[in-house]
Amino acid sequence: MVQITAAKPIAKMVGSNRVVLGTGIVHVTGDAKLPPAEEKELRRKLVQKALDALQSNEKQ
Amino acid sequence: MRIAHYLNQFFGGIGAEEHAGRALEIHEGAVGPGKLLESLLGSDARVILTFVCGDNFAVEHQAELTAAILEKLRETRVDLFVAGPCFDAGRYGMAAGAICRAVQTELGVPVVTAMSEENPGVDLYRDALYIIDSGTNVTKLRDVVARMAALCKKLAANDPIGSPTQEGYLRRGWLRDQLVEKRAATRLVDMLVAKMKGELFESEMPATSFAPVPMPAAVRNLSKARVMLITDGGLVPKGNPDRIEGTAATRWGSYNIGGSDDLRGEDYEVSHGGYDTRFVQEDPDRLVPLDAMREMEKNGVIGKLHDEFISTCGRSNPLSNTRRLGREIAEKAKRDGVDAIILTST
Repeated sequence: MVQITAAKPIAKMVGSNRVVLGTGIVHVTGDAKLPPAEEKELRRKLVQKALDALQSNEKQ
Repeated sequence: MRIAHYLNQFFGGIGAEEHAGRALEIHEGAVGPGKLLESLLGSDARVILTFVCGDNFAVEHQAELTAAILEKLRETRVDLFVAGPCFDAGRYGMAAGAICRAVQTELGVPVVTAMSEENPGVDLYRDALYIIDSGTNVTKLRDVVARMAALCKKLAANDPIGSPTQEGYLRRGWLRDQLVEKRAATRLVDMLVAKMKGELFESEMPATSFAPVPMPAAVRNLSKARVMLITDGGLVPKGNPDRIEGTAATRWGSYNIGGSDDLRGEDYEVSHGGYDTRFVQEDPDRLVPLDAMREMEKNGVIGKLHDEFISTCGRSNPLSNTRRLGREIAEKAKRDGVDAIILTST
């Protein structure tokens, strides 16, 4: 499992081993300030980061 | 005082692990530790019924077993229900906890059990039940049963029950107001001074600690893997069909996304009292990134995006709920053949 959250310290505190930093509490995998196309690109990158973490044995 | 007692195959005198598959047997009168309990409680106490069941049977048929016990107790009323002591026997503790809770909730009968702190039954049931701290040493049986008996007497007499330290039960997570002589500032400084001197002191509120979680091995072939999305941000279909609560949620739901490549705001709502949900309501992919994941699937980066996403609400949710929710969700993911999970948390 990989967790995407903006509250990374909380995730680490409870023992989550693979944590990727999300964009914000209110839009974890998005950014309401960006125009739609850019927001989608940000989401793709974030999801790719998460998928990379799943394939790594490094704690993050 | 009329008592019913639950024992496993070992304490029920049937035998050891090889008899763990034994189905429920109901005996009249006390068996094994129940006889000790009776003698410690005095002449007006009698164990009317003893339920003996193998640990494996109990775990594999928990619902049936509980129902059978409840039915029997409806026809033969008792004043108190006792289970164990279970020490560190995990299956025994899980069964005892489940049965005790059902007896307490469904029949309103006071219950007492005993387990060691590490028993998995404690994690699940400590907030619902009085669980005497038995430690792991079975040779201390007499002491443990004596403490159980003392608590039984108080419960039967409707006496006020003291703190965990006073009565010997495991902390239930309750906070109780109490008038004391010393002010908080004084008490804190006393504790600090004791700590600095290396002396013993008792914290009034223990800090929660989290045991490290073993790290699962990396996914070796992502392009063949089935990946599932889970969120604790409370995204649910419009109408919240599973009535997932927006605080201290006790439920989770799984929702079909097969064939879609985008989540639309008009199909969903957010049940979560802890953050401004407007942005997710506008575009739920901001919480559950279906669109990006569907692309990953189409491009062969992952093997398959699982047809359902799972959702619950993480807001102000006590561990007693979330440990269970996590366990249930993990079991569902396993049943569905999921290889990897992306959890998005607000």
